[in-house]
Amino acid sequence: MVTTAPLATETTESHPPRPGRPAGKRVRRAPVQSLIPGASGKGFWLYLVPGLLLLTIIVLVPLGWNFFLTFTKYRGIKPPVWIGLDNWTKLFGDDVFWTSFGNSVAMIVAMVVVPTLLGLVLAAMLFDLVGKKFGGKVASFLRATYYLPQILPTVIAAIVIGWILRPENGALNQVLGAIGLGGLEHNWLGSPDTAMACIMVIMIWVQLGYPIVIFMAALQRVDPELYEAAELDGANWFQRFRAITVGIIRPEIFVVTLTCTIAALKVFGPIYALTRGGPGTSTMVPSYYSYSEFFQNQQVGYGATIATALTVVVAVVAIIFITFQTRLERQDEER
Amino acid sequence: MTTLTEKIRPRHDSGATEPKPLKLPKVHTRKTTGDWVILFVAIIIGLFIAIPFVMIVINSFKSPADYNSSGPLALPSNLYFDGIINFWTRVNFPEKLWNSVVISSVVAVAAVLLSMFNAYAIGIGRIRGRTWIVVLILLANMVPQEALLYPLYFMFKQVGLYDNIWAVIIIFTVIQSAFGTYLLSSVYGTFPKEMLEAASLDGASRWQILWRVVFPISRSTLAVLLIFFFIWTWNEFLIPLTFLVSNANQTVPVAISVLQGDRLMDVTTTSASALLGLLPTLIFFLIFQRTLTRGITAGAVK
Repeated sequence: MVTTAPLATETTESHPPRPGRPAGKRVRRAPVQSLIPGASGKGFWLYLVPGLLLLTIIVLVPLGWNFFLTFTKYRGIKPPVWIGLDNWTKLFGDDVFWTSFGNSVAMIVAMVVVPTLLGLVLAAMLFDLVGKKFGGKVASFLRATYYLPQILPTVIAAIVIGWILRPENGALNQVLGAIGLGGLEHNWLGSPDTAMACIMVIMIWVQLGYPIVIFMAALQRVDPELYEAAELDGANWFQRFRAITVGIIRPEIFVVTLTCTIAALKVFGPIYALTRGGPGTSTMVPSYYSYSEFFQNQQVGYGATIATALTVVVAVVAIIFITFQTRLERQDEER
Repeated sequence: MTTLTEKIRPRHDSGATEPKPLKLPKVHTRKTTGDWVILFVAIIIGLFIAIPFVMIVINSFKSPADYNSSGPLALPSNLYFDGIINFWTRVNFPEKLWNSVVISSVVAVAAVLLSMFNAYAIGIGRIRGRTWIVVLILLANMVPQEALLYPLYFMFKQVGLYDNIWAVIIIFTVIQSAFGTYLLSSVYGTFPKEMLEAASLDGASRWQILWRVVFPISRSTLAVLLIFFFIWTWNEFLIPLTFLVSNANQTVPVAISVLQGDRLMDVTTTSASALLGLLPTLIFFLIFQRTLTRGITAGAVK
């Protein structure tokens, strides 16, 4: 390890070389170098001890335990019985499991794609147009409104959504009846053809505020002069938005997309509170499927198999994301 | 060491200290029709988002008879407070509120500290294999929670922490700090090197640099994390439901959902529970929402 080499930056030269160190030797792109000159990477491991220790107890050990359970038949009471790969073969032939992953795609659309794109446009709109023309107060107020669903506990959201969507006496059906569209009245969450679409709309409603708040905060880094210059060059709003805004807040776009994708793949609360995966399997998601195997069917071994498969999928997605992000950051640094 | 921070701080004070709602020029330039249209669209979207909240407020002050005759959308014919009083006394609301406040606050502070230590090693220490360590820590965020229930149940039962709020506090500190570590590590990765070098030349140790340079400059990012962690922990449901079985330990969302299953619940008490369950996080958010505007990477000034 190159822990004691001098820091590879342009600024090194402006400082007097420290005694006992080879001066002026520039190492390009030294990834294992700490940002503090002379502080070796090794000493920093101490700071990871509490975090990694707790992580091991709370997450890694249970994860290993779950992995072991995937090779067993276990109903929670008698000790687990080793059955080899039976759970895994069952999983790959299980239609419900594949349906649940298909529904995850819908969840990604509703919790990642739509909120991020819409959030980008709305954040830029609030910051750029509403904030500048009508004052920061108006923009702040609207942003707070958009964020409201994020602070609503899922159990409470489920109560209100019940009032709106329930077939008898529900607000949506009442409104439809009142404006003469009574023919469209429907058991929204109770029919297989509309349940998933309703859940998607609800998830967009829930998620939208998160990217807006993060993007609007990020937009404050944008230098107004850049915008003015672009405006003088004849760039229209959308061109400026694409070239300047998206470029500058890219780190936040990564954070939002990754965290929302993870949340979408393991979404549980809203499904549990609203539809319990039904009707049939029309809103079944992997997380709820594993929960129902764990606690309703007492098939702990199989539940653990679903949960482990889900964890692997989420981890692979996250690793691809982070590798890509790190590579982009390195490219930026070298530039 | 005070001289050190004084030397460094002023350069980065801009934007980090004044709590303005939005850093925007106050000039109100002329507004075109297009601007008004955009404002109108923005308000309409806001209204749609707010409808459910309006419904919670309306229905909390309705009598059950009123609700049954006019449905969820009508305004109450006369103000009715029994639902709120009923819910308050039935679940011993102050007790549940206290549990939620303690759990969420301790988790928020502990998880921010843990994230900061992790990110200091990863982002500034640039230890070897840091990308993989971030992935490993992020596992806490990636594991579906129901997979943790069985193992953690056995483990906490062993050490006598089952049905104890500390079990929930420890679990969420780890889960929340995963996000914090991920975010802070990338923020610290772009930390101004000159400041760290200056501190190091002044003879500051790692520990001193963390508290006197890194901590003050990233304070606004840490504050954002604190708010997120508080609200997220407050709204957690599955793990508190499983680990806090006795009534006296329940959190607000758990108490509400337990009441939901109760046959004696009428609609008004339900909406009152929704209102009272929503208010604490709403107030918390309104108090701290200015902090959120300062941005998650505001600390790492470029």
